Amino acid sequence: MLSEKYKSEIADILSRYPVKRSALLPLLYLAQRETGYITEGAMKEIAGILKLTPPQVYETVTFYTMLNLKPVGKFHLQVCKSIMCALVGSDTLISWLEKKLGIKAGETTKDGLFTLSKVECLGACGTGPMMQINDDYYERLTEEKVDRILADLQRDGTCSLKSGPYMWPEPASNKS
Amino acid sequence: MPKHELILLKNMMQPGYAGSLMDYEKAGGYQALKKVLGKVAPTDVTTMVIKSGLRGRGGAGFPTGVKWNFLPKDYQGPKYLCCNADESEPGTFKDRQLMERDPHQVLEGIALACYAIGAETAYIYIRGEFVLGSQILEKAVAEARAAGYLGKNILGTGITVDIWVHRGAGAYICGEETALLESLEGKRGLPRVKPPFPATSGLYGKPTVINNVETLANLPHIVTRGPEWFATIGSPPKSTGTRVFCVSGHVKQPGNYEVPMGVTCRELIFEHAGGMRGNKPLKAFIPGGASAPFLTTDHLDVKLDFESVAQAGSMLGSGGVTVMEEGTDMVWAALRLMEFFHHESCGKCSPCREGSSWLVQTLRRILNKRGRMEDLETLVQLCNNIAGRTVCAFGEAEVAPILSTLKYWRPEYETLIREAEAQRAHELPMAAGRH
Repeated sequence: MLSEKYKSEIADILSRYPVKRSALLPLLYLAQRETGYITEGAMKEIAGILKLTPPQVYETVTFYTMLNLKPVGKFHLQVCKSIMCALVGSDTLISWLEKKLGIKAGETTKDGLFTLSKVECLGACGTGPMMQINDDYYERLTEEKVDRILADLQRDGTCSLKSGPYMWPEPASNKS
Repeated sequence: MPKHELILLKNMMQPGYAGSLMDYEKAGGYQALKKVLGKVAPTDVTTMVIKSGLRGRGGAGFPTGVKWNFLPKDYQGPKYLCCNADESEPGTFKDRQLMERDPHQVLEGIALACYAIGAETAYIYIRGEFVLGSQILEKAVAEARAAGYLGKNILGTGITVDIWVHRGAGAYICGEETALLESLEGKRGLPRVKPPFPATSGLYGKPTVINNVETLANLPHIVTRGPEWFATIGSPPKSTGTRVFCVSGHVKQPGNYEVPMGVTCRELIFEHAGGMRGNKPLKAFIPGGASAPFLTTDHLDVKLDFESVAQAGSMLGSGGVTVMEEGTDMVWAALRLMEFFHHESCGKCSPCREGSSWLVQTLRRILNKRGRMEDLETLVQLCNNIAGRTVCAFGEAEVAPILSTLKYWRPEYETLIREAEAQRAHELPMAAGRH
């Protein structure tokens, strides 16, 4: 149950809004963090917390692409395919990933480790081609970088190539 | 180094500047808040912003102070400020940099706006994908609250401003201000019918102002250095200040460039962004995000300010400049953009919901060399039946790529169709009729 495990976090979220329903997206994120996707049980529980009906929760969940109603792999690779990234090679990036992972976009590897999705603009158009993996951005991707990211994630569960606070181009003094 | 003064990106360009509260204070941060809070009347702050000529940096370019003035006077109940950090217009990535590299500049702007309009609560609605950005903002809010710049009784003046960071969850339309409000209320992000406008009935039905991140980040500078100073920068009187332009596509050095409004497209693309990446000449560019109609080499000397770009038949929009080199297939480009709009149509209005799907199918058919000449008329007819017939501006936005590519590169469409016709001549009538 979310309300037991995250009691103080839920109370903190609720305290930010004068109307309870506003806490819906934050609570859905909590549920997704817990199980990797949003279960029917979680939707019912959240409905109870916010005094909504389960369909009110469900209708909201289905509107937003970042909320998963089905399990996804441990690492969810979301590649931007919008035109800015496409101009600098996102279609090639997708074909690399499909080949390396042995799956098509929209599928999950058999071991449940990687899910590959094509998505629309992620707001990193100056540093394409790029992808988001779970909470992290990976930008200015090359085939070598992709190899390293996949290997690192598989081995360590994380990869140091993920983006930090964004600034592009970097100021001249910071360039190595 | 740029030959003009940087305003918004100045701090973050300093070596070692990490955007902490200490860094920001050292750079002169929170002086604007100290200058006005409890000392200058809120209405005078609004007057300053009107005088500065500041216009919204999110896309529509509405004068910021005028927008604030739409709030009902002498309203006693709660009012709200929403910082629009949804940054979902393809081609735009400036707000991410402003928030992740200098979050306190944004927070001080929010606090000033709250003071001016009399709001005690502000929500930063940040797109869900910007997880790092939301964490940086949360940390900055905590720092500012601990230092007495936010929260209850700011700097001992008795004024309250609470800022909360609220993450969206992946929906382009939530950058539209009424869809943003719906989403913030925990609902599907469907734009509201206007009027009533958010100024009278916004978040929870209360008077609300929604301002973009970059717009708000300008406020501390306007307050500290004066509206007269700000009003001389750029292309006065109608386009004052700088813009952080986001250059993407086929240029050598894509990225964010802060320049005074009114520099030419040529200067931005060829001087700041280093020119074309290969040896191919420029073919087309979008001057203001995916919703702005395409422009051509003929428009390179157009000044990047609100009026000049509009006169050239496009819009300055969100400042996302996407550059395409010679050889880029414009039908393909229009389709890619149209696929985006089809995916992101919220589904509320039938012309947009159904029309976007038909536009994608028709464009795909032309690109796959199965088109017919009459498809071009179908495209135009569809576009004309979407634009202006929807609750929000999404309708006008989604037809821009098609109408503008048809305007400038119609022969590319026709060539593809002629190839289809030539192929069709060799097919059995039944097979040809299927398409």
